Amino acid sequence: MRSAATTQRLRASLLSLAILCAVLALWHVLTIKPEQALPPGMTAEYAAMMGKGAEKTDGLPSPAQVGRAFITHLSDPFYDRGPNDKGIGIQLAYSLVRVALGFGLAVLVALPLGFAIGMSPLLSQALGPFIQVLKPVSPLAWMPLALYTIKDSSISGIFVIFICSIWPMLINTAHGVASVRREWLNVARTLEVGPWRKAVEVILPAAAPTILTGMRISMGIAWLVIVAAEMLVGGTGIGYFVWNEWNNLALPNVIFAIAVIGVVGMALDWLFGRLQLMATYRE
Amino acid sequence: MSLFDPFSPTTRLRCACGAHSSQAEHDAQPLSALEQGVQAGSFDAMNRRALESAVMRAVFPDDAERRRFIRAVGQRTAQAAVASIVPFGALEAMAQDRKGSLEKTDLKIGFVPITCASPLIMADPLGFYKKQGLNVTMMKTAGWALVRDKVMNREYDASHMLAPMPLAISMGAGSAAMPINVATIQNVNGQAIVLANKHKANRDPKNWKGFKFAIPFDYSIHNLLLRYYLAEHGLNPDTDVQLRVTAPPEMVANLRAGNIDGFLGPDPVNQRAVYDEVGFIHVLSREIWDGHPCCSFGVPAQFVKENPNTFAALYRAILTAAAMARDPKNRPMMAEVLAPANYLNQPKAVIEQVLTGKFADGLGNVRTVPERVDYDPYPWYSMAVWILTQLKRWGYLKGDVRYKDIAEQVYLLTDARKHMAEVGMAAPKETYRKFKVMGKEFDYAKPDEYVNSFAIRKA
Repeated sequence: MRSAATTQRLRASLLSLAILCAVLALWHVLTIKPEQALPPGMTAEYAAMMGKGAEKTDGLPSPAQVGRAFITHLSDPFYDRGPNDKGIGIQLAYSLVRVALGFGLAVLVALPLGFAIGMSPLLSQALGPFIQVLKPVSPLAWMPLALYTIKDSSISGIFVIFICSIWPMLINTAHGVASVRREWLNVARTLEVGPWRKAVEVILPAAAPTILTGMRISMGIAWLVIVAAEMLVGGTGIGYFVWNEWNNLALPNVIFAIAVIGVVGMALDWLFGRLQLMATYRE
Repeated sequence: MSLFDPFSPTTRLRCACGAHSSQAEHDAQPLSALEQGVQAGSFDAMNRRALESAVMRAVFPDDAERRRFIRAVGQRTAQAAVASIVPFGALEAMAQDRKGSLEKTDLKIGFVPITCASPLIMADPLGFYKKQGLNVTMMKTAGWALVRDKVMNREYDASHMLAPMPLAISMGAGSAAMPINVATIQNVNGQAIVLANKHKANRDPKNWKGFKFAIPFDYSIHNLLLRYYLAEHGLNPDTDVQLRVTAPPEMVANLRAGNIDGFLGPDPVNQRAVYDEVGFIHVLSREIWDGHPCCSFGVPAQFVKENPNTFAALYRAILTAAAMARDPKNRPMMAEVLAPANYLNQPKAVIEQVLTGKFADGLGNVRTVPERVDYDPYPWYSMAVWILTQLKRWGYLKGDVRYKDIAEQVYLLTDARKHMAEVGMAAPKETYRKFKVMGKEFDYAKPDEYVNSFAIRKA
C-alpha cells in the first residue's frame, strides 16, 4: 500500500518534470527568431537607432532571456542602488512586512468579531448584509478611497490588505463557531463551565480547523492584493518591482517576478496548510 | 568634470578648468552652462578643486615649481601641508554662505519616469541638492493621479507635475483645491504624436474619425495639444475620437496590442514605441507649438511659506540642473545617468535619441532636431494663460476664469528670475509674450476672445 503511494508520487513528479520540459521546449521553439538581415535601404545608423542587433524584447522573451534574468536577480538579491532600485530580496521583505501587518490587523479584528457573530444569531443576521456587500470589492477599488482619506500611501496599502483579507476569516470564524456540536456545548453547560473557559477550551479548539481554513484563504488574498496595491502606490515591494520593470517593458524581469510571487505565495500557503494539519482532529 | 587635480604632479595648472593654457585665456572664453553652474556654486568637489587650484597657484606662481614640490614630497603630504596653513573648509563655507539656515533639509521629491523630469533627477547624482545642503530623496511614482494625491497628502514636499496640474489643483479642478506654486517649468517641447505602424499610409488627421488615442492625464499638456491638433483638422476630440487616460508604459503595450491607434505621449515613451517597432513618430509636439511647456516643478504654497530658505536652496539646485541640461554637450552624459533602473529604467539608446534630437522616426528616416526637447525653466505667465484658455475651451473649467490672476498667483515668475540671476542664467525681462500655436497667434491679453474664436469647443 505504502509502496504504491510512493510509486505514484514518483510518477507524478516525473510527469511534472516532463510537463515543465515540454513547456520550456515549446516556449523555446516559439520564441526562436531568425537572424535578421538589414532590410534593403536601411542604413546602419538607422538600424542602430532602432536597436537592431541589441538585446531587446520583441514579443514573448525566450527561456534563455528569462533564465538570465533569474540569474541576475538571484545572484545579487540584496543590492540597494537608491530609493527606486533595490534587490529582489529587499523588495520581497517590504512586501512581506506589509502583508504581515495588514493580515495581522485583520486577524485581530476578525477573530473576536467572528466569535461574536458565531455565538449570536442576532448579530449574524444583522451584520450579514454588510459582510456580503463588502466582501467582493476589489483592492483596486479601495485604493483611491484609502489614499484620499488616510492620506498616507504606506498605511493605505496596509489598510487595503486588511480590508480585503478580513472577510474569509470573519465568515469562517463565525461559521466554525456557530457549528460547534451541540452535544459539546451541552456537556460544557452541564459541567457549569464559565463563558471564558467555554470559549477558549471548547469552542476555539472545535472551530480551529475552520478558522485556519479561513486564515489560509485570507493569506492567499493578502498576497494577491499586495502586488496590486504596490503597483498602484509604488516605492517599494514586489509589486513596485513588477511596475518598474513593466515601465521598461522588460518582460524577462516581469516573468521572473511572476515566478517569485508564485513561489512565495505557495510557501505562505504551505505554512498555513501545516498549521491547519496541526489543528485538525478526528471526531 | 573638467577641473584638474592641483595636487597631481602630472597636471599642468594652467587655468581653473585645466583646458586652457592660461587663466587669461580661460576667462576670455564664454562659459559653458556647466561651468556657469560651477561658478554659481553647484559642484561640491569641483568647487573645492577650484578653490584649491587658486590657492596652489598663489603659493606656487611657477607651475613647474609646484610640480617639482609635489613630486618631491608626495601628493598627500603636499595636500596636508597646504591644508594646514590654508583653511579650505572655512573658505568653502564662506563661499557658500549666502543662505539663511535651512528650515528643512530632508526632502522627498516625486517624479514620473519620463525625460521631462531630467533636470530634477540629474540634480541628485550630480550633487546639486547636496551642494545646497539638501538631502533629497527622489521618489519614482506610478502615475499622475498618485503624484497629485501624494503632494496633497504632503507625503512629497514637491514634485514633478504636468504643466496644467498646479493650475488645476490650485483651482480645485479634478481634485480638492490646494494652492500649488510652479517654481520652474521643467521642460519645453519633448512630446510627440505616435501612430501605430498600420497607419503609416494614413497621415491625414481628417481621416482619423473613430481613432482611439491615449493621453497620460486629463490635466496634461498632452491632452490639450492633441485636442488642439485634432480640432484644427476639423475633428471634435469629444465626439469624433476616443481619448483614454493611460499610463505611459501601457501606451506602448496597448499600441502593440492594437487597442489604440496612437497617443500623444511623453518621451522616452514615443521613442520607445519606435524602438520596439510598434509605431512611428507622426509629429513632434514642437511642430504644434514650438516652446510649449510640458512639465513643471510644483511646490505646495504652504511649503513655500513655511520653508523660505529651503525653498530658495531647492530653487538654486533645480535651476543649476536646468542650466546643465540645456547644454547639448551634456546630453549624452545625461542619457547615461538617466538610463538605469533607479531613474528612468529605459534603454540608453532610446533616451539618447530623445535628448540629442538625432533619432529614428520609425518611417525609415534619421531626423536631426536638436530642439526636440529643451529645459528652459522660465515660467512665462502667458503659458499659464494659454493652458487655462484650453481648460476652459474643453469644459474642464466652468464659469468665468480670472486668467491673469491665477497665472500670476500660481507661477512664481519673479522668484524664478531672481534665482536664475543667482546661478548665472539669463532671464527674459518680459513676463508675457505672444506665440503661435499651429500658426494661429495667441494674444494673452484677450483670453476670452481667444477661447471664443475656436469653432470646435465644448458648448
